[in-house]
Amino acid sequence: MIRAALKSLLGRKLRLVMSTFAIVLGVAFVVGTLIFSDTLNRSFTSLFASTVGDVVVRPDGGGDAPGGVLSTRTVPGDLVGTLAAVPGAARADGMVNALGVYVVDDEGKPIGGFGPPSLGANWSDAPAGNGLEGLQIAEGRAPEGPDEVVLDAATAEKSGYDVGDTVPLITTDETANLAPTLVGVADFAEGGSLNGATYAAFETAEAQRLFHEGEDEYESIWVTAADGVTQEQLLADVEATLPDGYEAVTGDEAADESASDLLEAISFLTTFLLIFAGIALVVGSFIIVNTFSILVAQRSRELALLRALGASKKQVVRSVQLEAFVLGFLGATFGVLLGIVLAIGLRALFATFGLDLSGQPLVYRPRSFVAAYAVGIVVTMAAAYLPARRTSRIAPVQAMRDEIALPEESLRNRFRYGLLLALVGGGLLAVGLTDVLGLGRVGWFVGGGVLAVLLGVTAMAPVLAGPFLRAARALYERLFGSIGNLAGQNSLRNPRRTAATASALMIGLTLACTMAIVGDSAKASVDRTIEESFTGDFVVSSIFGGSFSASIAERVDGVEGVDAVVRQRSGFAEADGDFTVVVATDPESLERLGVTFVEGGPADLTTGTVLLGDSYAADRGLAVGDDYVLDAAAGTVTWTVAGTVETGALLAGGVIVSIPTYEAAGYPPEDSMLVVYADDAASGLQDRLDEVLADQPIVTAKDQAAFAAEQREPIDQFVLIIYALLGLALLIAVLGIVNTLALSVIERTREVGLLRAIGVTRPQLRLMITLESVVIAVLGAVLGLVLGIGFGVALMRAVRDEGLEVISVPFGQLGVFLLLAVVVGVLAAVLPARRAARLDVLEAISTQ
Amino acid sequence: MTTSTPSPTAGREVAARVVGLSKTYGQGEAVVRALDDVTLDLYAGEFTAVMGPSGSGKSTLMHVCAALDSATSGEVLIGDREIGRLHDKALTLLRREEIGFVFQSYNLVPTLSAEENIVLPLAIAGRKPDRAWFDSVVATVGLGDRLDHKPNQLSGGQQQRVAVARALVSRPRIVFADEPTGNLDSRSGAEVLELLRASVDTHGQTVVMVTHDPVAAAYTDRVVFLADGKVVDELRQPDRDQVLAIMARMSDAGPGGPG
Repeated sequence: MIRAALKSLLGRKLRLVMSTFAIVLGVAFVVGTLIFSDTLNRSFTSLFASTVGDVVVRPDGGGDAPGGVLSTRTVPGDLVGTLAAVPGAARADGMVNALGVYVVDDEGKPIGGFGPPSLGANWSDAPAGNGLEGLQIAEGRAPEGPDEVVLDAATAEKSGYDVGDTVPLITTDETANLAPTLVGVADFAEGGSLNGATYAAFETAEAQRLFHEGEDEYESIWVTAADGVTQEQLLADVEATLPDGYEAVTGDEAADESASDLLEAISFLTTFLLIFAGIALVVGSFIIVNTFSILVAQRSRELALLRALGASKKQVVRSVQLEAFVLGFLGATFGVLLGIVLAIGLRALFATFGLDLSGQPLVYRPRSFVAAYAVGIVVTMAAAYLPARRTSRIAPVQAMRDEIALPEESLRNRFRYGLLLALVGGGLLAVGLTDVLGLGRVGWFVGGGVLAVLLGVTAMAPVLAGPFLRAARALYERLFGSIGNLAGQNSLRNPRRTAATASALMIGLTLACTMAIVGDSAKASVDRTIEESFTGDFVVSSIFGGSFSASIAERVDGVEGVDAVVRQRSGFAEADGDFTVVVATDPESLERLGVTFVEGGPADLTTGTVLLGDSYAADRGLAVGDDYVLDAAAGTVTWTVAGTVETGALLAGGVIVSIPTYEAAGYPPEDSMLVVYADDAASGLQDRLDEVLADQPIVTAKDQAAFAAEQREPIDQFVLIIYALLGLALLIAVLGIVNTLALSVIERTREVGLLRAIGVTRPQLRLMITLESVVIAVLGAVLGLVLGIGFGVALMRAVRDEGLEVISVPFGQLGVFLLLAVVVGVLAAVLPARRAARLDVLEAISTQ
Repeated sequence: MTTSTPSPTAGREVAARVVGLSKTYGQGEAVVRALDDVTLDLYAGEFTAVMGPSGSGKSTLMHVCAALDSATSGEVLIGDREIGRLHDKALTLLRREEIGFVFQSYNLVPTLSAEENIVLPLAIAGRKPDRAWFDSVVATVGLGDRLDHKPNQLSGGQQQRVAVARALVSRPRIVFADEPTGNLDSRSGAEVLELLRASVDTHGQTVVMVTHDPVAAAYTDRVVFLADGKVVDELRQPDRDQVLAIMARMSDAGPGGPG
């Protein structure tokens, strides 16, 4: 019996391949994502392990600054000697660390910048924790005086500089531009890399001059354990001598902390990719349901025969389930292979974005493979469950009959269940989007709601499709005569199958259409806010979205034709567990920036006070005079609410302080945006601004249109990436159509032969099958567009409060989707149509 | 029973018995009476043909006897078991253990080889084929070296002989054949009929065959004639002319045309 089931599978190899494809893709996504994220984890864990000492001494709370910013708080230099004298210590070394030290390559472009940090440091030969050697000079020598620098090997190679060359550097502190000589190249003695970060190290005094205004202070001190002393023992010794205001942690702990912070910050990547794996699997399971339904229908006579020969219901059901198991197993196996390829691809892709993991071999953990097989087999068997169950209703006597119709549940019942499911899904979606119940876990409600609506509509689809298919038939008949009529009738013949095939396409298009609306609305919102709040003539900002040297403002102010320059600074903070952006500017410029006061005025914004956006204050129940507590860069600060303002775009969520207040909270004195006001008569200002910023390739001056374009760009990129991923779902859906059509052709071999016998030409036959394919694809597209518009508009309505006020439906783009569906239909029909056209007439007629 | 010859039925064991069997389809005005109070004994070790014009109920009778379909009223006994009271599980076992089938359209599993098709009923039951018995069945089927061929590589006659072997291999109490020669040319048909005849003669197999064909009927020990759901006549040791004569008479008398 098992053998019969397996033979039956092998007898249908092509079908096997096509049905497995969806599983292969879904599993590949799961495996690729897991392998890649394990590789990422391993890589960062080992990186951070070699960038900490045995014990790390730092200012209190130095491990948990919000958003990973470096605080301006430091450890005094004289503590180094004290710590070196601790009983278990072999040595102690002060470490200067700075962010925003950009290396400009030999073509004038900054290296990296997006994602991985651009690090500056003092050069130290201190060993890393646990006896690891850490970074060592691989070429040249260590920096010994001012104007000397050491780069990490990857950066030196990318930038094209050799030892002896002058390296242009950009810093975000007052100095702004440096041009030291490259005296050495550093690399990890144990292998590994900085994962795309750039690293520029100076002699200690020079580093302190650059980053600490010449003060003898450090970001942290590494204490190295003497032989035979554990990190814990050393920690106890260090803590015994440590003055108040500083903390000591073991290197292992510090490395874990940094790694887990970073991995948490990039965990959205894994989630994001796994969501697409989920989509591929949902779409794939539709195809499997369909394939198995057709298989069972085609084989019902064979299955009836098995029943007549004494097979029990259970045996017949199990034989189909066994086929599903084998299919799932095969799919998972190929999926694992493809997943490994995908992980390699992901590594290469992220390297182009700057996250360079080339030094880290792929990490294969058993759970990646367990997950692959579990997902592949469970999804396939679950999808085949209903079709397999249906086989138990095949009566043995059907082996005697020519035409067998499998008993199926009534469409009306199916419609009812579908409607119920869709309504439940709509409810979940509403709960998730509005969060009226305050349950949190919004993502789960929205995701579950979308899935339920999709499944519900799929269940309703055969009924919903009825009028559409009848209209298509009538249209076809008018356009293509009796061939059109036949094609239309064929799509109506089994509305379940037509609808299920179309549903696979529907899912992909629903999501694509939702994304199109979200992307378009986001862009429209960006345009509108910029239009409303762009008060100056130019904006100067970093191309990486980070901060830049405060000296730039003075340079820009000196340009002929510039009337005024207003600085803005922004940094991450945490208030009540929520991320907040604190914006700092000059109080006198607030009105010029277009800030509208609800309560209070510019004069109230003194040191230690804060202005809040009115809705932000209202949400938190804060009024003028209240204390506003938040975790800033250097720890907890308490500001008094001095007034409220209307929430505007350039001022983000609306937490506004003066620049002295901002610096007192531990944020570095660097600007993140300059608003430039021109003299009335100024012309050619753009060129003069570009000129003054020429040696600062990380910042650019933009007028309103260019600024808006720059802000829109990441949205476009994001939408494009999502389209690329949804393209996979589309591909699976296309294969689903091919599969259905191919099976239909096989099923109707006799009929096709008959049509040919009575004079239907091959091109007519091909046309007939293509028309049938197109109607399936367009049905899927129409359902997808309707649902997508629904989801998109609902989603945008829900986030209206968060600054995305415009809902824009890009009908042109949706029209392109529809056109794409027609193309998909035509393409999907190519192979099945050829197969039908090639059938030998006599053989086809005599086939039973 | 006008032309029956006296025969020693008294000493014969009964393989299957039908008592007062009726089967109707539809309801009210549209009711169709496929079987109308049929009572019939099918003797062990005999080759019995069931004949009758289209719509006479012969196929229905066979389906009900073979536990493929259920009766509206009346009883069917296979051996001494009344099958009307059996549930699906027991019926499945009954088909597995006691009944063999040969279909008009062969109904071989296209993906399995001839040999695999033959042992399929045993495989379903999870039994190992008795090698000696299997060899003797295969030898009588006369497939020779074609045992590992797929059905589509075999001629119709060969496929049907495989189907007969499949029906015989589990040594069922009774083999039902539904128009086994209906799709075959006369020579292939003769081979299949000889095969069935031989299984009766050499192994004492009970075979019941539904057929239209007087030539096929002439291979049997006994012909039962059905018309309008009733047993109307019976022949023992029939020859072709006798069968033709009865059928001609039936078509004159009955409303339906000849089958």
